[in-house]
Amino acid sequence: MGLESQVNSPFLATTLDEVINWGRKNSMWPLPFGTACCAIEFMGVVSGRFDISRFGAELVRFSPRQADLLLVMGTVTQKQAPVLKQIYDQMPNPKWVISMGACASSGGFYDNYSVVQGIDELIPVDVYVAGCPPRPENVLGAVVKIQEKIEREKAADWK
Amino acid sequence: MDEVQIVERLKAKFGEKILSTYTFAGQHAVTIGPDSLREVLIWLRDDRELDFSWLMDVGGVDYLGYPGDDDREWRFEVAYQLYSLGKNHRIRVKVAVTDDSVSVPSVWDLWGVANWMEREVWDLFGIRFDGHPNLRRILCHDEFVGHALRKDYPINRRQKLLQPSEMILCERMEWA
Repeated sequence: MGLESQVNSPFLATTLDEVINWGRKNSMWPLPFGTACCAIEFMGVVSGRFDISRFGAELVRFSPRQADLLLVMGTVTQKQAPVLKQIYDQMPNPKWVISMGACASSGGFYDNYSVVQGIDELIPVDVYVAGCPPRPENVLGAVVKIQEKIEREKAADWK
Repeated sequence: MDEVQIVERLKAKFGEKILSTYTFAGQHAVTIGPDSLREVLIWLRDDRELDFSWLMDVGGVDYLGYPGDDDREWRFEVAYQLYSLGKNHRIRVKVAVTDDSVSVPSVWDLWGVANWMEREVWDLFGIRFDGHPNLRRILCHDEFVGHALRKDYPINRRQKLLQPSEMILCERMEWA
């Protein structure tokens, strides 16, 4: 039934990176930084119809100390910018960032005095998701992109 | 009461203090100077037949460079949207503000909601309100320089806040 029926020996030969990355990519704990309608779309991503748990990332945490995937969903104002920076800094390594939607990625149509023109002015971003708001499939695509990125990482790169 | 009648009453009572009136899309407005603002608003609020119990909004207008409007004597206006819950009628009172050296009397003691609305007008237009208990920025961050909705504020100017400012102080206000 299980893995043991496929493998005749109780031991597997692999690399440490392979095992660690396999664990990391399939158990990401997302922190939703939801400031606008993209966060409503994220509810759809988490819920049964699209179901982010198929990718092992269903355990949404609201404490940055417990999360390793930051999802920035929505418009980030200049007044809020230090808050986002602080939340990112509070997350322990390893950590990844998805910038969801037009506003988080570029300011969107809020090209004005009050809105940060893309969160990459503040924190490093791994995957940008286009859309206003993006379809749930698009967000799942970003999660898969992060997983592909994790596969290529070396565990020792994270301090 | 018919809203045209309200304007007529205002004209009869305050005469030359009413600088102008206009009607647009069935909405009636009167323009007055800052000196007569409190007098007019107190009368509108306390008159039994007018009964403007609700100050719905306070907004600012900057007419700098407004097309076809070169001979306007004042640059700013502060608009008070009044509504009577009991009588179901509305009126708009506008205050002509020549420039930012002129301040407008605060009405926060007449309607408590004016407190935050006046802070918003101060934040975005730089119009001062005399007698306001706490005239600080409300929307832009504390390190913001200038007033963002003025027509001469550069459209591309960005002001970053690098450090988290002190969390919003929850000051207990004694409402009049």
